[in-house]
Amino acid sequence: MTTSTPPTPTPSAKNPEQINPPGGAERRGIGQVLRSQLQQSLAFATLVVLIIFFSVSSSSFFTVSNISGILLSTAVIGILAVGTTFVIITGGIDLSIGTGMTLCAVMTGVFITNMGLPLVVGVIGGIATGALMGFINGFNITFLGLPPFIATLAMMLIAQGLALVISGVAPIYFAEQAFKDIALGTLIPGLPNAVLILFLCALVAYVVLSKTILGRYTFAIGSNEEATRLSGVNTRKWTILIYTVAGIFTGIAGVVIAARLGSAQPQLGTGYELQAIAAVIIGGTSLLGGRGSILGTLIGALIMSVLINGLRILSIQTEWQNVVVGIVILVAVFTDSLRRRREA
Amino acid sequence: MSLESVGTADRSRNLSNEAGSIVTTKLLEVQGISKSFPGVQALKDVQFELDRGEVLALVGENGAGKSSLMKILSGIYTRDEGTISFEGRPVEIEGPRAAQALGISIIHQEMNLMPHLTVAQNIYIGREPRSLGGFALRERALNKKTAELLARLRIDLDPRQEVGELTVAKQQMVEIAKALSVDSKVLIMDEPTSSLTASESETLFRLIEGLKADGTGIIYISHRMEELGRIADRVTVIRDGRYVGTLAKGSFDVPTIIEMMVGRHIDENARPTAIDTHDNDVVLKVEDLSTRNFINGVSFELRRGEILGFAGLMGAGRTEVARAIIGADPRTSGTITVNGKVVSITKPTDAVRHGIGYLSEDRKSLGLLLGQTVSENILLPSLPNFSNALGFMQPAKGRNVAKRYVDQLKIKTPSVQQVTKLLSGGNQQKVVIAKWLERDCDILIFDEPTRGIDVGAKDEIYALLTDLAARGKSIIVISSELPEVLRLSHRIAVMATGRITGFLDNEKASQNTIMELATRGHE
Ligand SMILES: Nc1ncnc2c1ncn2[C@@H]1O[C@H](COP(=O)(O)OP(=O)(O)OP(=O)(O)O)[C@@H](O)[C@H]1O
Ligand SMILES: [Mg+2]
Repeated sequence: MTTSTPPTPTPSAKNPEQINPPGGAERRGIGQVLRSQLQQSLAFATLVVLIIFFSVSSSSFFTVSNISGILLSTAVIGILAVGTTFVIITGGIDLSIGTGMTLCAVMTGVFITNMGLPLVVGVIGGIATGALMGFINGFNITFLGLPPFIATLAMMLIAQGLALVISGVAPIYFAEQAFKDIALGTLIPGLPNAVLILFLCALVAYVVLSKTILGRYTFAIGSNEEATRLSGVNTRKWTILIYTVAGIFTGIAGVVIAARLGSAQPQLGTGYELQAIAAVIIGGTSLLGGRGSILGTLIGALIMSVLINGLRILSIQTEWQNVVVGIVILVAVFTDSLRRRREA
Repeated sequence: MSLESVGTADRSRNLSNEAGSIVTTKLLEVQGISKSFPGVQALKDVQFELDRGEVLALVGENGAGKSSLMKILSGIYTRDEGTISFEGRPVEIEGPRAAQALGISIIHQEMNLMPHLTVAQNIYIGREPRSLGGFALRERALNKKTAELLARLRIDLDPRQEVGELTVAKQQMVEIAKALSVDSKVLIMDEPTSSLTASESETLFRLIEGLKADGTGIIYISHRMEELGRIADRVTVIRDGRYVGTLAKGSFDVPTIIEMMVGRHIDENARPTAIDTHDNDVVLKVEDLSTRNFINGVSFELRRGEILGFAGLMGAGRTEVARAIIGADPRTSGTITVNGKVVSITKPTDAVRHGIGYLSEDRKSLGLLLGQTVSENILLPSLPNFSNALGFMQPAKGRNVAKRYVDQLKIKTPSVQQVTKLLSGGNQQKVVIAKWLERDCDILIFDEPTRGIDVGAKDEIYALLTDLAARGKSIIVISSELPEVLRLSHRIAVMATGRITGFLDNEKASQNTIMELATRGHE
């Protein structure tokens, strides 16, 4: 090659128009980290403030039994929210998780109570039901090209209908204490197993999202699906996988709720999806895709249950609880959009 | 280190093998390619061939079919007819993966990055270093690998920075690094320099020379004619989806190529007819404009009927000035006077209300609704003019106006109802221009208005802007292409590192005098 180049030119000396002061990239790096964590830190601060507020307002709030109760009531919504965080980061949405969870609970009941299969098989069957629903969602979205909203809305209705039909519109009861122990037993003294399961789910989800290929592609698809596809990534395959993962969490939530109630309640389920989605959003995951975290989701879910529990302890009518949760969502999304506006 | 190390040992071995035996097959041979879309015959019987170690430039007007042809080669579109042979063997390229596997990589015309991911994550997407059976990411290895690649390519970027925070030019460098991170035998570059400055382009050209020396065949698409002499070995021209001809090095000159492209002669060295606007009213007066991080005491006046060019190197702060004026970025000081009255502009809608329109440099994210039709995009800012008192739309009226722009700007589209996403890149840019022309602001700021636009259409746009000015509009043109600034502006403001370093009247301006001012303040 003929172009001779000076021995060791630093890039900035060669391009005089570069305006970054030395170290500029690093400074931006820190700023970027702070900003991307802002929503999450805000959510965390909100949680702390709420806990302090309710503890001061009522002596019965900050007690071991009440905290354990709050955690227990977070478990189901939390597990659903963790699963649906994946979907929302891709820029999608999953409306079928609430009634889907119910269908999984009913199927677990069918396997264990009606068919008399061993407990483990029944639990795996219930979770597999969730995985299958997620897979079908993913297939409908990628191969049939349905918008996630529509595909999962349809699945929500189908799951609801199936749960009612299969159960004969009656609860299926679980006789075995071992099954109920899945949620209510205490492997760690004082901590219901359901809470343990939630934390395990969150931990696994965290690792998957931040340390694995699946997590990377979840963000990539949410950030720019077309670009990801053109880079040679099989986005259909990964999207299906992501919805399947969300489905697995739905299945786990189904098992946990059945164990907690000691029965599969086919009427239950609607409304759970919106609460889970709300938790995800409060935790700073962007509905537009490309951004989000499991830790945030966990905090978001806790904020919701602390709020509801605290309001109940303060004897505020249940009717008002929804109003408050609605306002919290508005505030959360508003701060998120403020942040984004400043970024732009 | 030298640039040859861009290639790998692997590739140089191939090359020496080939040198040993007599190689007669072409690297890539394309014959009789046709492709049609609903309502558009994008390509008809196109051919070309590419040798190892050569740069083939592919030129043609906007919508001529260049990108479509490249998308066929990179597995994104499937051809209707024709054959592709790669290293002498006929091949079917069934998807981006298949193209990668053959050794064909492409830098797309439109940015194709994941803004929320970091530089490193973008470059190696789909090819991340992994462990544990391919499931776990090795993030540290990824960043290290990227840092090495960037150092080798002499691209100054932090592997861990989020791509969405980079400027358009830096994002383009990420795209280039991404394409060069695979060892490809054929590298396609679809307008890689359209958002780069002269010196960044020069960095790219040196990379290209290194790749050539390693035996890579390069297909290079550009609307910047002056680049062809610099790097092309041969030039293939297509027009309206048809093959026009190929010129070999030494036998091509720019006027000939342009005539082949557009079918008529275009004078590249034209200057605006000198008109004296010095006595006209000042419509926009900016005094002591500063922003928090960069712009420092910028003052200028814009008179009625004047075209004021803003020249300077990338990063000189021209776009920042425009954004501060229209209230998109906060100002720390500065007064803005429109038609003699001091105005308060804190957000872009204020600017529009005071008759200042800004055409942004980043059309994909800021300028266009890609999913909407051409006509909807053109009419968007001026919708109230196309609806009746009750707010009902008057579609026929709107369509006619949109059609007028399509004709006037020669926007190549089957109809005004076509979804904008499906237009070629340059034609999308024309839609953005039409949109702001229809908005009818008295003061128009155009930021890189002809990026990605072919020479013929550029000429149309120049004529249009000149005509607008003659009819009493005042225009600011920000452009990194000096010939463009010289061709259009009555007066030129040159910026360097956040300040205006001088004003030049067109008659006194030349590329040299501008560059002199633009590099002032640099070492
Ligand atoms: N997916 C598509 N659907 C419909 N029409 C398309 C599609 N892709 C391209 N076209 C049309 O095919 C023609 C050729 O487009 P192409 O993008 O190849 O042009 P180009 O030569 O790259 O132009 P430019 O210089 O503006 O980038 C245009 O008329 C365009 O509108
Ligand atoms: Mg193109």
